[in-house]
Amino acid sequence: MIKNSDFKICLSVMTILTILVGFFQSWGIALSMLNLCLISAVMAMGVNIQWGFAGLINFGVMGFLAIGGLATVLISVPPVPEAWSAGGIGILVSGIFLLAVVFSVLIINKRIPNHKYKNYFIFVIIILSIPLLKFIAGPSISKIESINAATSGFLGGANLPIIFSWFVGAIMCALVAFVVGKVCLGLRSDYLAISTLLVSGIIITIVKHEEWLSRGVKNVIGLKRPVPYEVDLQNSEWFIKLVEFLNSSKLSNVLDFDERTSLLNQLVISSSGVFVKLCFSLIFLAVVLVILYFSEKALNSPWGRMMRAIRDNEEAAKAMGKNVVKQHLFIFMLGSAIIGFAGAMLVTYDGLFTPSSYQPLRYTFLIWVMVLLGGTGNNYGAILGGFVVWFIWIQSAPFALLVINIFTSHLDETNYIKEHLLNSVPYFRYLMMGLGLLLVMRYRPKGLLPEKIIKN
Amino acid sequence: MDFLNSIILLTNFIIVPGITYGSQLALGAIGVTLIYGVLRFANFAYGDLMAFGTMIVILVTWFLQSKGITLGLLPTALLALPVGILLTIAVSLFFDKTVFEYYRNKKSDPVTFIVVSLGIMFVLNAVVRIIIGPNDINFMDGHKFIMKAREFKQMTGLNEGLALKSTQVITLITTIITCSILFYFLNKTKTGKSMRAYSNNEDLALLSGIDPKKIVLLTWIIVSILATVAGTLYGLDKSFKPFTYFNNLLPIFAATIVGGIGNPLGAFYGGFLIAFSEIGLTYAYKKFFKYIMPEGLEPSTLIQFISTDYKFAISFAILIVVLIFRPNGIFKGKVI
Repeated sequence: MIKNSDFKICLSVMTILTILVGFFQSWGIALSMLNLCLISAVMAMGVNIQWGFAGLINFGVMGFLAIGGLATVLISVPPVPEAWSAGGIGILVSGIFLLAVVFSVLIINKRIPNHKYKNYFIFVIIILSIPLLKFIAGPSISKIESINAATSGFLGGANLPIIFSWFVGAIMCALVAFVVGKVCLGLRSDYLAISTLLVSGIIITIVKHEEWLSRGVKNVIGLKRPVPYEVDLQNSEWFIKLVEFLNSSKLSNVLDFDERTSLLNQLVISSSGVFVKLCFSLIFLAVVLVILYFSEKALNSPWGRMMRAIRDNEEAAKAMGKNVVKQHLFIFMLGSAIIGFAGAMLVTYDGLFTPSSYQPLRYTFLIWVMVLLGGTGNNYGAILGGFVVWFIWIQSAPFALLVINIFTSHLDETNYIKEHLLNSVPYFRYLMMGLGLLLVMRYRPKGLLPEKIIKN
Repeated sequence: MDFLNSIILLTNFIIVPGITYGSQLALGAIGVTLIYGVLRFANFAYGDLMAFGTMIVILVTWFLQSKGITLGLLPTALLALPVGILLTIAVSLFFDKTVFEYYRNKKSDPVTFIVVSLGIMFVLNAVVRIIIGPNDINFMDGHKFIMKAREFKQMTGLNEGLALKSTQVITLITTIITCSILFYFLNKTKTGKSMRAYSNNEDLALLSGIDPKKIVLLTWIIVSILATVAGTLYGLDKSFKPFTYFNNLLPIFAATIVGGIGNPLGAFYGGFLIAFSEIGLTYAYKKFFKYIMPEGLEPSTLIQFISTDYKFAISFAILIVVLIFRPNGIFKGKVI
């Protein structure tokens, strides 16, 4: 891993970008950018496993990220006992009903021989089950949602440490991916793209509107953290000592005791934020490295070679006796699980779950730009893409501001065009993304770090 | 009387909105399907192309209004439409020349085309937001209602009113005109036939002397006209917001595939199918049953299949059902 030149490029780009931002803007900004870059890298690796390894086009990234985010709520939030006693039974009963419907459909599909009307029969069962489900669950849902609607109004979660939710999110995503894959993976590439995009739309609709489950558009705030809180740090002895030690030269210049304490206080407050972000960075970095390690191992194993063979020539792989359908389903689940993991990480880092913020442009297509720009089929490429694209995404607004100011410096402050342009600065990031993607696709269609096939 | 009331109720809340929304979707879906049929890729930038065309129409409308030029009872946007169409054609052809042509000559796979169209989607998205901003814009002027619900009630003495907005009528008339011209062109004229021939079998069409460049040019022109008209009608009927236009791409895709991708007539029906199921399945039929059921048997619940929150999800679900049972679409599309 260390000897790999791609790895060196990734590492140096990461370090240089972070240090640049740290010096020119602030270390807080640099670290939060680094953290989001790392999360983006995980997302990009997930997509890369599906697209780069297996050639499966998944435009449902947004949906899987939202499922990961939902997992953080379901795992870490304390349960709401009143809600459970009011409508818990109703929800459980409707859950059992839903399972019964699913199993009956599966059994009918398997046991009954191919009859002309079989599909229609299954269709009718599914259609009838929706109003029935609403009838069973409806009263309990409205009961749950009416309990403390302003602060809770949902069932709550399992009150476990939030780290668990990352794994649970991955598992939930794998299960959803199993269902989606069973339905959609047989389709040709462009149909697969459209149908996964639409499936992610359905997932977002459910997360947004089933308030008993996720609080929906009312958002869940104040999620737990795997790292200490700033306030606790500011009051702990060891942290103040650490800050004092790190800034001893600065502090020793100040002779007045009162001034010295106030300076120390300021330093403690500002560095507590940085410290928390640094803790996040370390955890995220560890995640990235672990996924990278296994992903590389898998890519260079017989299994990885088989996946590439299936991607490059499905018919030949089939002829060699490889079960293409099964492998596609497996890798679709694997990639989606990693995306879900990243979704849970993102919500954990933000500390809040806002279903209405999930939009395809930001959470599906941006991730795709990362993979395509970084290098399809190369894990380091995905990581590099995650870094570079997120950096451009964050920094294009200040950059556009600078450019606009230079070009309109001769214009009056109240000039209509100048004002209008300055107001639309946030949208220049879309322009940069689009142009970047078009240029890369034209001049480096394999991405910045192309796939490397080791030939033995 | 109750029976008439129930019919009027359904007309007001399902049939009229369904026809309007269906026409808008149908126009959009025909555009997507033509791109797919002739150029052979799913264009993800289509929603933003619609937004771009509508934006130009709005800007020209504002300009005309500032000069004091209006269409009286009709919305001024209809006067601005030709300019919008011309600029949208220019943009489409620009992107075709700078981007798509290269990949077409290279005979890239469909996925590459999708990815490039994503790039164009980002660019158009930014351009629209930079020029006109991300906010809701209402650019409908002229006479709002042809018939108000209250007037209808007074006129007929019924309990239920039937409101008819002028945008709804304009949408329907424009769609009928556009679609008749388009289908006449595709089915009866020589150019239209050569376009269909090219879509059916590229090599055979080349052999019989059809100029592919001309076909591609023509496709982009037709598609841009459809995109601008559909976008403007949607904006007049509801309002213009770039994000909504991007989102409308999804039901449009659904309509395209449901009708059989590459099949314009299928896309037309697909648009109406999606629109009517979205509206029909989310409507609460309580009042309707109150009218037609005998007294004492009135329903106590809303009689709504699924809540309106899931409006979009319905079209997606229909699409998935169609993909499982009839992957070629209901009206046999070309390839899968």
